Amino acid sequence: MSDKSTDDYWKANVRIITICMVIWALVSFGFGIVFRPLLAGIPVGGTDLGFWFAQQGSMLTFIVLIFYYRWYMNRLDREYGVEE
Amino acid sequence: MDQFVINLIFVGASFALYIGIAIWARAGTTSDFYAASRGVNPIVNGAATAADWMSAASFISMAGLIAFVGYGNSTFLMGWTGGYVILALLLAPYLRKFGRFTVPDFIGDRFYSQTARLVAVISLLVMSITYVIGQMTGAGVAFSRFLEVDNTTGLLIAAAVVFIYAVLGGMKGITYTQLAQYCVLIVAYTIPAIFISLQLTGNPLPQLGLFSTHTESGQPLLQTLNEVLIELGFNDYTGMHAPQNTLNMVLFTLSLMIGTAGLPHVIIRFFTVPKVADARTSAGWALVFIALLYTVAPAVGAMARLNIITTIYPDGVREQPLAYADRPDWMRNWEQTGLLAFEDKNGDGFIQYYNEANPPEFAEELGWEGNEMVTFNQDILVLANPEIAQLPGWVIGLIAAGGLAAALSTAAGLLLAISSAVSHDLIKNMINPGISEKGELLAARISMAFAIALATYLGLNPPGFAAQVVALAFGLAASSLFPALMMGIFSKKMNAAGAITGMIVGLGSTLLYIFTYLGWFFFPGTNMLPNTPEYWLFGISPLSFGAVGAALNFAAAYLVNKLTGDAPAEIQELVEGIRVPKGAGAAVDH
Repeated sequence: MSDKSTDDYWKANVRIITICMVIWALVSFGFGIVFRPLLAGIPVGGTDLGFWFAQQGSMLTFIVLIFYYRWYMNRLDREYGVEE
Repeated sequence: MDQFVINLIFVGASFALYIGIAIWARAGTTSDFYAASRGVNPIVNGAATAADWMSAASFISMAGLIAFVGYGNSTFLMGWTGGYVILALLLAPYLRKFGRFTVPDFIGDRFYSQTARLVAVISLLVMSITYVIGQMTGAGVAFSRFLEVDNTTGLLIAAAVVFIYAVLGGMKGITYTQLAQYCVLIVAYTIPAIFISLQLTGNPLPQLGLFSTHTESGQPLLQTLNEVLIELGFNDYTGMHAPQNTLNMVLFTLSLMIGTAGLPHVIIRFFTVPKVADARTSAGWALVFIALLYTVAPAVGAMARLNIITTIYPDGVREQPLAYADRPDWMRNWEQTGLLAFEDKNGDGFIQYYNEANPPEFAEELGWEGNEMVTFNQDILVLANPEIAQLPGWVIGLIAAGGLAAALSTAAGLLLAISSAVSHDLIKNMINPGISEKGELLAARISMAFAIALATYLGLNPPGFAAQVVALAFGLAASSLFPALMMGIFSKKMNAAGAITGMIVGLGSTLLYIFTYLGWFFFPGTNMLPNTPEYWLFGISPLSFGAVGAALNFAAAYLVNKLTGDAPAEIQELVEGIRVPKGAGAAVDH
């Protein structure tokens, strides 16, 4: 395996990490806290969407993010031939 | 059957199971003892991680924390789960690839410095020992409530059980008992929650019930809750209220997230799986198992709060409240523990529960002379749930076993982190590198026994500041270990001087900020500023400072690294090695 491809592998990894972490921050700090006033108009069971994200939605998104990253990386590992 | 006998059967059966597992999973090598020989199935490790992570605080206290604050304490939910995304994406796979046994192992080797290793060992010991005190006292309380033994006896029984499976089995024994403990605690937590959700909303899933229609009032549950709370002069449930503010909420959540990711007893769980890819899978499953409890907790909190109010005001808050003589059995039971107390201030024989500081305008008219539910310990919520929902006695027995499982599983994980830091990092890597495999295994067992003795002693004689110190553990992990681990993986060039300076700056600034408001070493009266929001820097509470300390750690490390030159070439090569999954065996030879 050449250094070039290791570099590419790492760059691809950092890229997908960045995307996932942006979503991670968006659903928790964003929808759950900072942008909650903006979501106040969307009612969910007696309260608003921001409250739902703070107490349910962010956690469910976290699970999806980890399994998506796992799926993506397993594919990437094979593509670059670095899997165990 | 007598409730005491039922509790005894449930707790006794669960303990017999843990000891049986311990005998089956004895450790024969240091690799068994520290990392279960890296042969743990990722899903099993996920469940073990969930039990390891969810302490007595998660099981007993969290629903109460949310119930009495509402939206403002969503920070605990997001903070204590969001850390797993960081673990899965930024730390666990690479630390597993590195292939060592402890967190200081990585920091010492990656930053080619015994000083860095020592700083990491000290951080680890301080945070793990303080954390374990809370678990031991929690186990003692659960014993005394459900098994009618005194606190001391309860704590000694708990210590003896942990001793058997932790000293005998090390990580291997702990892993499989944690799996069993997870099953016990999740069943115990969810069964009462399902029944309460059914009773209040007709929806068996508490996660959906929280946002469903309240059967009795015909409108959404949260809307009903908000209305009665406001009528009684309390803050509404779904809004944000002082002392909470947006910046503090963000920083506290972030501190809990990166603190979680930096806790050594959680990180070492990922050293037990066979492959790098398994570490990612395992973190995902850990979060699934944790979220099973964490998505139920806010529902339990809101429903229990509403339940208490409707129990006291069966016909609405302006009508005749509950007569003290007619109070349900669960209130009588918990009054005996002192965790619940009433005082008939106006002598009318009825219970009035409202916010004295902001009384409703009809309070005077109705002759109310103060809030009469004078004590309501938040921890009652979960423990009394089965009684409030009028569930059969075996559910109460299950809750007793569940609370103990939560406390013991976390205690065992922490004790392993402590003993491996002593036997592996201090003895093997610093004091006596020539120690034999057998000698190290014996040292590990002896350190474990000492750690249990110390934890038991501190549990029996808790320092007055135990509660603050648990929060300190998160601040320390967030500001010292987490940034060092991150930079160790993501910055090839980071050198020893940078990392050490960073850890000291992060640790120092966080301690300084905490001591400023809570007193030097928590001695009462030695704080330099009152611990109230108007004195906090930008409204940041001392408990939220871990995230700021982490930022200072990163900044100081980069500055010093720029001034002192990059890490040597062989270290940069080592970092390149941990970035790819292939060849997990080879990394050990570096």
